[in-house]
Amino acid sequence: MPSSTPRSGIDPMEWWRRFQEEHAWQLREFVFTLGLLRRNPSAVAGSCIIAAMVFLALAAPWIAPHDPIRISLSERLSSPSWHHLFGTDELGRDIFSRVLFGARISLRIGLLVVGIAGGLGTVLGAVAGYVGGKLDDAIMRCLDIVLSFPSLVLAMALAAALGPSLRNAIMAVAFVMIPKFARLVRGEALAVREKPFIAAAKVSGAGHGWIILHHVIPNCLSSVIVLGTLVVGETILIASSLSFIGLGAQPPTPEWGAMISVGRKFLMDQWWYATFPGCFILVTVIGFNIFGDALRDVLDPRIRR
Amino acid sequence: MDTDLLRIQDLSVRFFTYQGVVRALEGVWLSVRRGEILGLVGETGCGKSVLARSILRLIADPPGKISGGRILFKGRDLLALPMKEMRRIRGNDISMIFQEPMTSLNPVFTVGNQMEEVVRLHQKVSRKAARRICVEMLTQVRMPDAEAVLRKYPHELSGGMRQRVMIALELSCRPDLLIADEPTTALDVTVQAQVLHILSDLTRARETSVLFITHDLGVVAHLCDRVAVMYAGKIVETAPVEALFQSPRHPYTRGLLAAVPSLDEDREFLASIPGVVPGLIDPPGGCRFHPRCDGAGEPCRRMEPAGVEVGEDHWVFCHGIR
Repeated sequence: MPSSTPRSGIDPMEWWRRFQEEHAWQLREFVFTLGLLRRNPSAVAGSCIIAAMVFLALAAPWIAPHDPIRISLSERLSSPSWHHLFGTDELGRDIFSRVLFGARISLRIGLLVVGIAGGLGTVLGAVAGYVGGKLDDAIMRCLDIVLSFPSLVLAMALAAALGPSLRNAIMAVAFVMIPKFARLVRGEALAVREKPFIAAAKVSGAGHGWIILHHVIPNCLSSVIVLGTLVVGETILIASSLSFIGLGAQPPTPEWGAMISVGRKFLMDQWWYATFPGCFILVTVIGFNIFGDALRDVLDPRIRR
Repeated sequence: MDTDLLRIQDLSVRFFTYQGVVRALEGVWLSVRRGEILGLVGETGCGKSVLARSILRLIADPPGKISGGRILFKGRDLLALPMKEMRRIRGNDISMIFQEPMTSLNPVFTVGNQMEEVVRLHQKVSRKAARRICVEMLTQVRMPDAEAVLRKYPHELSGGMRQRVMIALELSCRPDLLIADEPTTALDVTVQAQVLHILSDLTRARETSVLFITHDLGVVAHLCDRVAVMYAGKIVETAPVEALFQSPRHPYTRGLLAAVPSLDEDREFLASIPGVVPGLIDPPGGCRFHPRCDGAGEPCRRMEPAGVEVGEDHWVFCHGIR
């Protein structure tokens, strides 16, 4: 039963009490969703992996035993040992440290791409779905063109055209990801625009931009969050692939894909070089994917429980 | 001249569908006077809601199209206004309450959140001031504990409460005309009475005109000053409430009134008008009611009836009236 009064008086902070009071229902829902997530094994596994990766990325400067770009030719290509946990590369750089710093780059790419593509895609999709008609056709056909290419191939072409750099790779991947968000949001916007509260808003004198911002997009947000989580994983994979073929991060940046690219030449004799960055890509992508799947199950009221 | 707040002249609305052109409204004339509550009654599908929506230009185009006529509001033709002007009129001058109180509020925001946004859309006030206005508005629709209601989400409110929130919201900018499209149909009878009282008290006090759309003749009798009866996309009779209930002149109006069951009589079957409502893709020629009319004669099949004033302010569109 709804109760808007705070449950306990032990909280000292006044604003927190007021916040609880203002958002009682939201908090209940949040706690409830967290409870569902905790009972969902893949959500737990996924969030643990993501949390571990985020921790490693944030703490890299402190926990990395070596400078990731310091060259030490005397130690080149040494096998894993207590001194170099994952061994060293052909320039004697510590692979463990490089992998840790690589986590920062990969996660940053993932978040940036999802931020850019998610933002633009959501706006485009909401406008297309809400306005409909010719504008809808124009937007969606353009996005269909983007979608008709395999995303990796198109990102490759774009990154190559823009010139190889991490920034251009991020822009290329973000561009490729826009249609995913736009299509999802358009579908939801089509359903939302027929709802009476949209008509009620129009009757209150609201303009189209206001309605899109206040009614259409907030109603699509939960699906966007789920897709965003899944896209982070895919983005890390594509960005690493771009770096692998030399279109993304440039040496000496410790990017996972770039490391595998060089390590590939040594795979026969120095297995550790390409293996450890590869494992980190694998684990991170799996983490985001299973967490995204679990999030979808939990956030969709029709299939939850 | 000046007593008419809204004057609809010869309005026609068509919908272009795959089955054909639906003539939803054909040559509708209607006026709403300042401060009056005008009831608009008719069967499902006769064009009541289309009429209401055309006033605010909410007809989806395509497939709909306002194909002719004028809608004069305070002397200005709403159909000729640019969209920007129209938006200024919506909410400020003309408001509308819908039938579905369940879905007229956005499920993802609290009631207070949404009301504040609408208040701030029209008035340049701070969030705090908007909050105060909202509390005031809810108190006016006799909402107990308005503060608590503002913090709730729409699904936590009952249908009656939601409809009261909508009334408060739509009257917040003191419009001159309120269009109420079957505002109580989705509510149960006791709540319905309560909501209707609030609606009529508030609008009477502020001298707001109301176009009240319903198919409930009992509600019309209690609430309205004047009534317009619609049949198949046309107005067939308009009259002051007493005149309509005491001496209905159009055969369709008579049929409607005869179909209202009464507590005093013991009837096995409810009275009904023979036949069915014609489809509006290919409506009958002449008077649209003639296939179901007992007294239909030759002119009814050929010609559209003209309006005849049979009493003070009482107009009937029927060939049978001489």
